[in-house]
Order: sequence, then C-alpha cells, then structure tokens
Amino acid sequence: MEQAQPEQLTFDFYKVQPEIVHATRSDELSLRLGEFAGPLDLLLFLIKQEQANIFDIPIAKITDEYLKYIRLMKSFDIALAADFIVMAATLIEIKSKMLLPREITGASEEEEFEDPRQELVDRLLEHQKFKNAAEMLYERNTIEQAVFRRGAIESDENNTETNASVFDLLNIFQKILSRHKEEVQMEIHREEVSLSEMIRNLKKQIFAVKELNLLKFFEEIETRRELVTAFIAVLEIVRTESVKLTQSATFGEIILQKI
Amino acid sequence: MEVELEEKQPRSISEIVSIIEALIFVADEPVTVKLLAEVLEEDKETVQAAIEELQNEYEQRSSGLQIREIAGGWQLSTRTEFHEEVRKFLKTRPNAKLSLAALETLAVIAYKQPATVPEILEIRGVQSASAIKTLLDKKLIVAKGRKETVGRPMQYGTSKDFLIQFGLKDLSELPSIEDFEDLASGIA
Repeated sequence: MEQAQPEQLTFDFYKVQPEIVHATRSDELSLRLGEFAGPLDLLLFLIKQEQANIFDIPIAKITDEYLKYIRLMKSFDIALAADFIVMAATLIEIKSKMLLPREITGASEEEEFEDPRQELVDRLLEHQKFKNAAEMLYERNTIEQAVFRRGAIESDENNTETNASVFDLLNIFQKILSRHKEEVQMEIHREEVSLSEMIRNLKKQIFAVKELNLLKFFEEIETRRELVTAFIAVLEIVRTESVKLTQSATFGEIILQKI
Repeated sequence: MEVELEEKQPRSISEIVSIIEALIFVADEPVTVKLLAEVLEEDKETVQAAIEELQNEYEQRSSGLQIREIAGGWQLSTRTEFHEEVRKFLKTRPNAKLSLAALETLAVIAYKQPATVPEILEIRGVQSASAIKTLLDKKLIVAKGRKETVGRPMQYGTSKDFLIQFGLKDLSELPSIEDFEDLASGIA
C-alpha cells in the first residue's frame, strides 16, 4: 500500500473532532467530518468523550450530555432530525428505569436481571461495526482512486443490462412518453384549423386576388371539419368585411369579391 | 492468418501468456478466465496459470502496470505508487468522496444485502433516503426487487461498479463483519 498520498485524500475517522456542519451543505461536503450521521453516532462520540465503558454506560451523565448537545444544535437553528428526538426519549426512558429500585423478590433473583441499557448497547455495538466497515470501504476506495486503467470502465456502457436501475428505466419511460406526446400533437395540429385562422387565410386570399371562386376555395379543403369552419369563415367575412358574394346565374359559381 | 493445419499445433505457455496480455490490454472491462479460455480454446487451468505467470512477469520487472483480479475478472492497470504522476499527466483530481452517511449506508447494504430501508434505519439509527439516492445515482447499488413483508420495502444490493470502485474481486473478499466486532467492543 502506498504512503505518499495527497492531502485531500487523508482522512481519519477517529482523530477528527466532530463538529456541527450547517444543513445546507451538499452531500460531499459533509464528509468534512465531524458531522454526526445520526443519534447513534452522537452517542458513541459522547461515550468516547467521557471515556466511559460502553458495557456500563453512565446513563445519567450521557443523557445530560446528549440533551445539552441537542439544545446546542437547536440554538444554531439546525433542523433536528426526528431520529435525534426519538433517541433522547429512549435515553430518558432508560435513565428512569435505572432509577427505579430493583424488586428484591426470590423469583426475580433467579431470573436474570435485564439491564435496561442492554438493547441500546447492542445497537451501539452493531452500529460501530458498520462504522468500521464504512471506514474500511473508505480506505479501499481511496486506494482504488490511485489506480488507473485503460478504457472507459467507469461508464460501464457495455454492461447496461446489469447496471440499469429503476431510475434508468424511469428515465427511458419518460422519454418514450414525451416522444409519444409529440406525435399526438402533430396529428391534432393538422386536423384543427381554428375559425380565426381560416378567416385570416380567406382574407389573405381575397386581398391577393380580389375575386375568389368559392367553389375552388372549398375544393382545396380536405376534411369535413375544416369545410364547416371554412363555411362559417365565409359567412363571417361577408358580415364584417367589405366584401360581397355574387352569383351571375342560378346554381352558377359564387364569387367572393372585394368591394 | 496462417493456413489451417491438419493437426492443431499446441501453443507454448509463453505464447498463451502473450495472447492473454493482448486480450487484457484491449478489454475495457475486467476479463473473466472463462472468456479468455473460450477465445483461446484452452482450458481454464491453463489460462489461470498463464495469468499468474503474466502477473509475475509484471511484478519482476517492476513494471508501472499491474495485472489485477477485480470484479470477477482480470484487468491491466497502473500501480498505485504512480498515482500522483498519472494524475498530473491526466490533469484529473480524485473523484468527490462519498459522504460519511453514504459510506455507512453502503457498508450496511454491502454486508446485509439484499437490505431494505427499514433494516438500514435500524443499524444506522437515521433515515437514509438521500444516501440511498446518492448511491443509486453513482450506480454503486442497485434495486433488487421488493421484499415480501409488511409494506413490501425495496431491497438493495451492491453493483458491479461497487466491486470495481472498491477494488474487490468479489463480495467474499470483503472482510467478515465479525472482524469489526472486536474493534467495536474495543471502544470500551
């Protein structure tokens, strides 16, 4: 293993003094350590600070320290995770149980006395195990970052089927959906010519040619729906614009003229 | 290509070593012994022996490269000793480190996989949703379906990228979680 590491890589889980980091920081920055990842972390720190035996936690003292810490965090206006409050309640409960006198009856003496702290100790030890494992992972990752390989392994493009997560699938599904949406929009667009568009179109034609054969105008229209719109447009334009309709013979062609 | 011979000439071990070196060089992922054996049409034992021979060759001449077993395959990479020079040359900085929360969550998932959110909460004593999101984004963990229990929570396991980024041959190479127990009780 190599010794000469650049400064930003060195990191010691135990030597760094924990400190409160403001909640606005990003995930990466919080590694700047000292931050308590949770109530168990805080407890372990306090026990270590008191140099107490984890199997014989001075619960009253630790509870006081814990509450003091929580008050401090509150005074910094840091939003406390509910988990911290739950732990405070647990500590107070254990503390009160410890204060109760043990029943000295014949029966209970034979029964094993259950330490109210036991469950907490078990959780702390379990948590510490995984903290140590996390530290091991950190070291492995640090060493691994000093190794470089040829080829684009990080992207792992050739291995998409094993590495596609639910989020990848969701992403693709969203893409498909949006593509689908576009198609639908195109269809609607072709069908739907609004009345105002039709009027505008008709006006443009009349102003360009001065005389418009309505039969020809209607013939160019493809759909039934548009035809209706076109008919209304003609009625509308006769009513509002200075145009007139003329028919030279019965059943003859109708001409739309600009006056 | 040579004209096909009636009887296939057996390759010498040094020839096999050379071919394997070439294949590992061009591969952009760790190559498995199985795949090498298929390409070379040799049995796995021969390939395995040849890889070890190749590894020794690199070792003996103090090469700047090394042949390593990683994520179930073999890979050619630079030696850790030269990381500063390589970085200077590539003009890269180390990747952003995972947060303590993400590392802890990853440790729980690595050892308890498939692990659910409530299981992670129990050990970490804290909600781990954002850490899980980070790990998913970095593709270090993958969803492994739902657990058939109350609430059908999603289960997570580590990915191949996890093995690669943490320099592991396979999951069995992780030190036993019991090894950390001694450390844990040592904090008395």
